Amino acid sequence: MSRVHDMGGRFGDGPVVPEPEDVKFHADWHPRALAVTLAANYLGQWNIDVSRHARECLAPKDYARFSYYEKWMGGLADLLVDKGIVSPDDLAGHATPTPSPLAAKTLMANQVPAVLAKGGPADRPSNVTPAFAVGDVVATRKIAENVLVAGGHTRLPAYAAGAKGRILRLHGTHVLPDSNAHGMGEAPEPLYAVAFPATELWAHPEHPRDEVVLDLWQSYLSKP
Amino acid sequence: MPHDHSDHDHPHALLPPDPALRIKALETLLTQKGLIDPAALDVIIDTYENKIGPRDGARVVARAWADPKFRSALLADATAAVADMGFFGRQGEHMVAVENADGVHNIVVCTLCSCYPWPLLGIPPGWYKSDAYRARVVREPRKVLADFGVTLPKDTAVRVWDSTAEVRYLVIPERPAGTDGMDEEALMALVTRDSMIGTGLAKVP
Repeated sequence: MSRVHDMGGRFGDGPVVPEPEDVKFHADWHPRALAVTLAANYLGQWNIDVSRHARECLAPKDYARFSYYEKWMGGLADLLVDKGIVSPDDLAGHATPTPSPLAAKTLMANQVPAVLAKGGPADRPSNVTPAFAVGDVVATRKIAENVLVAGGHTRLPAYAAGAKGRILRLHGTHVLPDSNAHGMGEAPEPLYAVAFPATELWAHPEHPRDEVVLDLWQSYLSKP
Repeated sequence: MPHDHSDHDHPHALLPPDPALRIKALETLLTQKGLIDPAALDVIIDTYENKIGPRDGARVVARAWADPKFRSALLADATAAVADMGFFGRQGEHMVAVENADGVHNIVVCTLCSCYPWPLLGIPPGWYKSDAYRARVVREPRKVLADFGVTLPKDTAVRVWDSTAEVRYLVIPERPAGTDGMDEEALMALVTRDSMIGTGLAKVP
């Protein structure tokens, strides 16, 4: 039902180890992995939801043993092949690489500051009208699964599936990842911050007044 | 889209096993295909190593502490308020500021990946991206805070924000006592990165 990345609430992980603020990367190759990934994104062959899903689709044993940027690299290599941008022979070093027809889209050094500063806003006009107002009680989908694509990308964590919460705020209308990750269009709809009492989510909450807030799309929610 | 395969079917397994060699191979391949400008990589790295970082967020918090009008604007529309200070861009397109107060403590996580407000805090720390943090902080925030040496008052409720969409949260920590006469620059020095994620508190002067 869930994929390996969906780990909120899982038992068995060890302590969280703090680190000083001036540590930016933990190995020399980490900044290269970050930069190659961002530069490849700029070729415009996929969106952020596609790239998240590519990392989620790593085999669980790879996901678990890979460091953060290895996950990025794994997702990137798989996407490059999936989109036909590089061949498996290219990746294996068995071919002489030939110039790509996408080269006209290559991010050049002088474009970087403007591209990073611009970002990629996810808010879009939508003809789906908000069905809920601040304070309304809502229930999430009972099963945290993409209803459009079997095993597809979704942003409802398993720990919050089938839970009751209340609308804290409306963020406007945003691109729906469940659709956008699968080439099915942006399908923007209302996005809400929804507060769930810890007592609703966990058998042994630390404190009766604790809450977890998730950002959830309208189609994930219903009136309980 | 990548689909489920057995492990050895994933194309990434064709790359060298050592991660440093793996990224070198990918970079070389993409450069040879004309899809990467190595000079662009250097600019990206310089941006996140040297230009963008948690001192930007600290300036926002210090201003919110020092200027009630800015604080109101920040709480009403953080995206616009921080864009006015020059902070906008990738992974900070939709900002929301959440304020700690007597009896309420906020903490931010992304249990599904590692979403984080890059333009205000830079690249997330290693622990923020760790399985342990992502798995535990939604269920046992106080035990995670204990890993950071932080203890909350008994009656303080915790609100954990799980960044499941493209909205990025900035925690405004409580302004420490004894800071009444301090200006923005001096206040900035009290704002730690962890206090803006919620795993720390502002420093006491």
